[in-house]
Amino acid sequence: MNLHDLTLAQTARALADKQFSSREVTQHYLDRIARLDKTYNSFITVTAEQALAEADAADARRAAGNAAFLTGVPFAHKDIFCTQGVRTSCGSRMLDNFISPYDATVVAKYREQGLVMLGKTNMDEFAMGSSNETSWYGPVKNPWDTGCVPGGSSGGSAACVAARLAPGATATDTGGSIRQPAALCGITGLKPTYGRVSRWGMIAFASSLDQAGPMARTAEDVALLLGAMAGFDPKDSTSLDRDVPDYAAALGNELAGLKIGVPKEYFGAGLNPQTAERVQAALREYEKLGARLVEISLPHSHLAVPAYYVIAPAECSANLSRFDGVRYGYRCENPQDLMDLYCRSRAEGFGEEVKRRILVGAYALSAGFYDAYYRKAQQVRRLIQQDFVEAFKEVDVIMGPTSPSPAFAFGAKGSDPVAMYLEDIYTIATNLAGLPGMSLPCGLVDNKPVGLQVIGNYFDEARMLNVAHRYQQVTDWHAQAPAGVMA
Amino acid sequence: MSWETVIGLEIHVQLATKSKIFSGASTAFGAEPNTQACAVDLALPGTLPVLNAEAVRMALLFGLAIDAEIPKRSVFERKNYFYPDLPKGYQTSQLAEPIVGAGHIDIDLADGSSKRIRIHHAHLEEDAGKSLHEDFAGQSGIDLNRAGTPLIEIVTEPDMRSAEEAVAFAKKLHAIVTTLGICDGDMSQGSMRFDVNISVRRPGEPLGTRTETKNLNSFRFMEDAIRYEVERQIELIEDGGRVVQETRLYNGETKTGRSMRSKEDAHDYRYFPCPDLLPVVLEPGYLDQLRATLPELPDAKQKRFVEQYGLSAYDAGQLSAERATAEYYEQVVASCGDAKLAANWIMVDLAAALNRSELALAQSPVASSQLAGIIARIKDGTISSKIAKQVFELMWKDGGTADEIIEQKGLKQVSDSGAIEKIVDEVIAANPQQVDNYRNAAEDKRPKMLGFFVGQIMKASQGKANPQQVNEILLKKLEG
Repeated sequence: MNLHDLTLAQTARALADKQFSSREVTQHYLDRIARLDKTYNSFITVTAEQALAEADAADARRAAGNAAFLTGVPFAHKDIFCTQGVRTSCGSRMLDNFISPYDATVVAKYREQGLVMLGKTNMDEFAMGSSNETSWYGPVKNPWDTGCVPGGSSGGSAACVAARLAPGATATDTGGSIRQPAALCGITGLKPTYGRVSRWGMIAFASSLDQAGPMARTAEDVALLLGAMAGFDPKDSTSLDRDVPDYAAALGNELAGLKIGVPKEYFGAGLNPQTAERVQAALREYEKLGARLVEISLPHSHLAVPAYYVIAPAECSANLSRFDGVRYGYRCENPQDLMDLYCRSRAEGFGEEVKRRILVGAYALSAGFYDAYYRKAQQVRRLIQQDFVEAFKEVDVIMGPTSPSPAFAFGAKGSDPVAMYLEDIYTIATNLAGLPGMSLPCGLVDNKPVGLQVIGNYFDEARMLNVAHRYQQVTDWHAQAPAGVMA
Repeated sequence: MSWETVIGLEIHVQLATKSKIFSGASTAFGAEPNTQACAVDLALPGTLPVLNAEAVRMALLFGLAIDAEIPKRSVFERKNYFYPDLPKGYQTSQLAEPIVGAGHIDIDLADGSSKRIRIHHAHLEEDAGKSLHEDFAGQSGIDLNRAGTPLIEIVTEPDMRSAEEAVAFAKKLHAIVTTLGICDGDMSQGSMRFDVNISVRRPGEPLGTRTETKNLNSFRFMEDAIRYEVERQIELIEDGGRVVQETRLYNGETKTGRSMRSKEDAHDYRYFPCPDLLPVVLEPGYLDQLRATLPELPDAKQKRFVEQYGLSAYDAGQLSAERATAEYYEQVVASCGDAKLAANWIMVDLAAALNRSELALAQSPVASSQLAGIIARIKDGTISSKIAKQVFELMWKDGGTADEIIEQKGLKQVSDSGAIEKIVDEVIAANPQQVDNYRNAAEDKRPKMLGFFVGQIMKASQGKANPQQVNEILLKKLEG
């Protein structure tokens, strides 16, 4: 047996049973990263030395009898989370030299529970992108087909899990950045309810949409990782003070009587027919598990992408103003004066997609356009939220495709930003509504994974995980690995 | 034909919270640069604001004090612009839904009447840091200690018609915020900063084009700046020119103003609601709880001082304008029992001494109990008013109680009629010529001549002779 065959939950149990030490499993993953990640480019920074020190500390803690369930389990952080003493680049040249002096709350919680950070994963610059092609550190390759994108923005986290370079990873989702790469890389990922996980120390893209969540191979792994990161944080005014349930406890519940809403808008033009077929097959599997399918309508779905591409850029245009070359991060050579310092530092420090969104956002907020764009988008946002509120009066969860098609080739959508934005057509609405959404593998098309999206009601993550877990008990899509990575 | 001046004010008031409006860093003034700036104040990536409830309380107290409409809900917005001392690249402020709505403040005019100045609204926001241009050749330093200090910005309607009215308003506002304890009122350290919007017009005509003179931090500079700008605008128009809408600066030392930027250069601040902060929604009953904690406000205090202590409206206004002064005054009255003497001593002698030493009342070396001691000794005749001033100077310099000083320096007034009579006799005996002159003088000339003898007697007694008794005995002897 290879250590990387084990899921995250299996690894945790094996550590508890003292089948191997944290140092052994950590070293195993570090060796794999050193050997394989030249191909995938899923890590920006590998913290080998620190990881081994943390592994030793975890082993000592276990020997002393006060280990938590996940103590000693290796994992990776998306490079959007501030990690004290470790470069936190957010995939940007702007922060290539930024060593965070503090830990994000998610990082602190994992540290406290003794998880072992292997490194920081690659991502689209400032989480803006759906293909990982906007990273300053180069694109991540999809382990299923290295000529294809892994999805984005959490492409590094998704690829490293798919390639068995880590049993789990953290990620963030502003418009689909957990679910879409999870779908394209054939793994399980969950974006929690807005406010479920603290945003403190998570570099902001669009504050009202950003939410951290976990990625791993199984729903059970995701449940464990989510439980370890969720909870109220007084340092984040938008985090919600609600108890964190034991997400693993409800995984085995029966699905008999479960009402699954299937939005007709999610199966229209633009959806790859083979993708549609795999999703339909998954829905039939749920019927076999005792669930009932209910066709529903989310009538404002077609407005989600346009509303999102006003709101998210508007917020990012302000969120990214702090990157000005004055206090930290990239500063241009020999600035002539203040204006030159600002203009060149930002022009040289940011990539094209980031600059495009800053410009779009500044435009949408500018005098004379605010009402037509920003205010209108906020009104649309409420309509979209209302669609879901109505739907959840009738159904328990909503299901559909995560993305319109499987992984596409590098450069395929590079010249057309709008084609790229449509990658998130099924995921964006949940961010606008603040709802939790997840993606789990439900098939392959041309040997590339297809994701089933599960959207839940507010704070209904436990039920979503249960729904995903039961499916994974009767199917093995989640257990399939890209050719070549298991060796 | 005459000109009418129209003035509206925008005032930034630093709130006296211990920590900043969105972070836990201290707001204390005067620390080493950047030692009171935490990760949030530095706008490190990933940091988030958390609203300081104390800043909200203070802003609401102000709203209650000016009888303002207070909405149930207010919203923080981001005001976007780049400046090195603005770390986030936006200022968190309020625009569409401010915490305090329309209210008013009444001011007293020179002719004894009062005038109502309407407040448009007041909103909460964070202060910026400071750019330091000295000490760095060819470069600027940034000190972010002040970044994130809570402010309320108070915006008036254009209801003032002269520099005097504007200053009267500013002083009244100063009195209100210091009485509420929401601002230390220290203008020299920027705790209150005034932006003045000024325009002129012919009476009855629509409003003229206004200019805004920014960042005036003393009442005197504000008065000078208004006079300067009004004169400039009138001259401009009378010479056939036209006032340009612009932002101006005024130099209080050189007494000149200059243009900073014109309206064309004005920023588009691209305000939008801050997604990191929830709207502030007041719990039912909170305002009532807060209202119950309101201290006696300057207007009410002035009225009470007139009624309770028999002061003139002017004196009552002076003594009630600052919380510290009013408290000091009432302490002196309580222990000496003479409201008028207390008022005079505080407004004349104490004020002059503080002024000379450039001290605030809180730093006065003469405490209220000490001053009350002096007044008590005047009242019971132990010392004269003149000797009292001497006691006060000694007290100011070396401390001690009035009784100790009087005792040590032997300043006790001589009220023993035998002793006084002896001195009077000596003075009369030593000045036969003056006595003759007096006695031969006409009745109406005599009071004036009496001064010579009184002076000699007081000199001989080292000022300690009871003046009343000196007069009586002297008259009796001379007119005999």
